[in-house]
Amino acid sequence: MRLEAEGVVKRFGAFQALDGATFSTGGESRVVALLGPSGGGKSTLLRVLGCLLPVDGGVVRVDGVVLPAEEAEARGERRKNGFVFQGYNLFPHLTALENVALPLREVHGFEAGAARERAMELLDRLGLKAHAGKRPAQLSGGQQQRAAIARALAPRPRLLLMDEPTSALDPVMTGEVLEVIRELAEEGQQIVLATHEVSFARRVADWVVFLAAGKVVESAGAEAFFERPESEEARGYLGSLMRWR
Amino acid sequence: MGGVPADETVKVVASPRNGGREVVVALGLLVGVSLAVQALFASVRYEWNWAAAWEYRAQFFQGWLLTLGIAAGAMGVSLVVGLGLMAGRRAPWLAVRMLCGGIVEVVRGTPLLVQLLIGYYIVAQQLKVSDPVVVGVLLLGLFEGAYLAEIFRGAVESIGASQREAARAVGFDAAQTYRFVILPQAMRRALPGTAGQMVSLVKDSSLLSVIGIEELVQKVKILNSASYTALEGYLPLAVAYLVVTLPLSRWAQALERRFHYET
Ligand SMILES: Nc1ncnc2c1ncn2[C@@H]1O[C@H](COP(=O)(O)OP(=O)(O)OP(=O)(O)O)[C@@H](O)[C@H]1O
Ligand SMILES: [Mg+2]
Repeated sequence: MRLEAEGVVKRFGAFQALDGATFSTGGESRVVALLGPSGGGKSTLLRVLGCLLPVDGGVVRVDGVVLPAEEAEARGERRKNGFVFQGYNLFPHLTALENVALPLREVHGFEAGAARERAMELLDRLGLKAHAGKRPAQLSGGQQQRAAIARALAPRPRLLLMDEPTSALDPVMTGEVLEVIRELAEEGQQIVLATHEVSFARRVADWVVFLAAGKVVESAGAEAFFERPESEEARGYLGSLMRWR
Repeated sequence: MGGVPADETVKVVASPRNGGREVVVALGLLVGVSLAVQALFASVRYEWNWAAAWEYRAQFFQGWLLTLGIAAGAMGVSLVVGLGLMAGRRAPWLAVRMLCGGIVEVVRGTPLLVQLLIGYYIVAQQLKVSDPVVVGVLLLGLFEGAYLAEIFRGAVESIGASQREAARAVGFDAAQTYRFVILPQAMRRALPGTAGQMVSLVKDSSLLSVIGIEELVQKVKILNSASYTALEGYLPLAVAYLVVTLPLSRWAQALERRFHYET
């Protein structure tokens, strides 16, 4: 994928979460990692790239196509993407199976039988076959997050956008979910990942966008970024995170 | 009473014999209350005349049926009114929001009695609607609907931003978000409060006698004055209401408990 942003501004009230963010990913990146200190704008940028949040200024292009501002058009674009958030965000009143199958039927035009079949296929692949009939409250955190990944993957998204998919999980479940993400990346799924798991990002990402205070401070190939970070901010950030790993 | 240490009381309450204890306590209370009531009536020297009251059993039953009918009708109206006012208070247009907010405040802030009198003797007469039962059902439905609107609004607003975002993220539009995500969850949360409001509705229907509807309370007043009785009418009246309200409020409690465990 090719992601480009020119002077992107996103305000929440008077606060500028994105303050003229500009970058472009070089060539064909499979996995783009959004890194940076807390409050830097990673989650906001991820939502903007996935067409989940409209911008207040600037232009965003995905594979050369400008993201639309109007809601109905944006929804069309959004439906090509899959999202996974920090807090699972499954629908608590539906079983794991229904969580996956409902959007297939209602958004992607699957027949009931085909939706069920596709949903089971995904749950099986994520090791949740035996838990398909359970509601989110009956699943562990890791299982919930894998169900959320199944839901995001079921319609074969062009981009899978994940916002700190493991930060609400304990270390065992984190490992479990990171393993899934690594496999997806190896199979060729295009992924945008906002994360604080720097060592994991280093293993899977081929491009890094580093944000601080709503601006893109560095945008570079992953190897270059981790070996020779150019900015003081990036060096400080990596240093503080690597110290304990 | 003062002799039992606090921690011992806690242990007793938490013991597995709790169920058996409850029955014993309930029986004890029943006997105690009966004795108290007996003593009260003995002191006022009430002359029971159940025979005279029994004469009017058919009328009593008629009134009870009418009360049930009015309550059922008003429940339907109140659900529609409640949903409408809730939606209106969340509408994108300021005028609609203010209008619906104003209706809710005025209806909740004034006595049902006044609403019935003004609604029936002034508004309905102007609109040439003369059937008191129709007017009564509509006014009672409006009154309870205003309370339901607040219950519904609380339930819808309790569905957090993360659920709305999840709905957007899977590609739902606004209508699909309401249908598949917000309403199913909000309905569960609103159920206990709604069931409780229905108990109030049944009791509030007794006020409809002021616009000349011969529902249960009015029938009993007629019965009492015709047969020179009082308690022989009012005691069965209380029981007739309890027959409806007790199951409703038990149901409300059960729903509340279930909701409590689910979250
Ligand atoms: N809905 C919102 N309303 C108000 N302010 C917001 C909202 N979303 C984000 N912000 C603000 O925008 C800034 C950027 O937030 P964002 O969530 O994008 O940061 P982040 O880099 O993802 O941080 P973290 O690593 O803590 O997740 C923060 O200061 C945040 O407080
Ligand atoms: Mg974030």
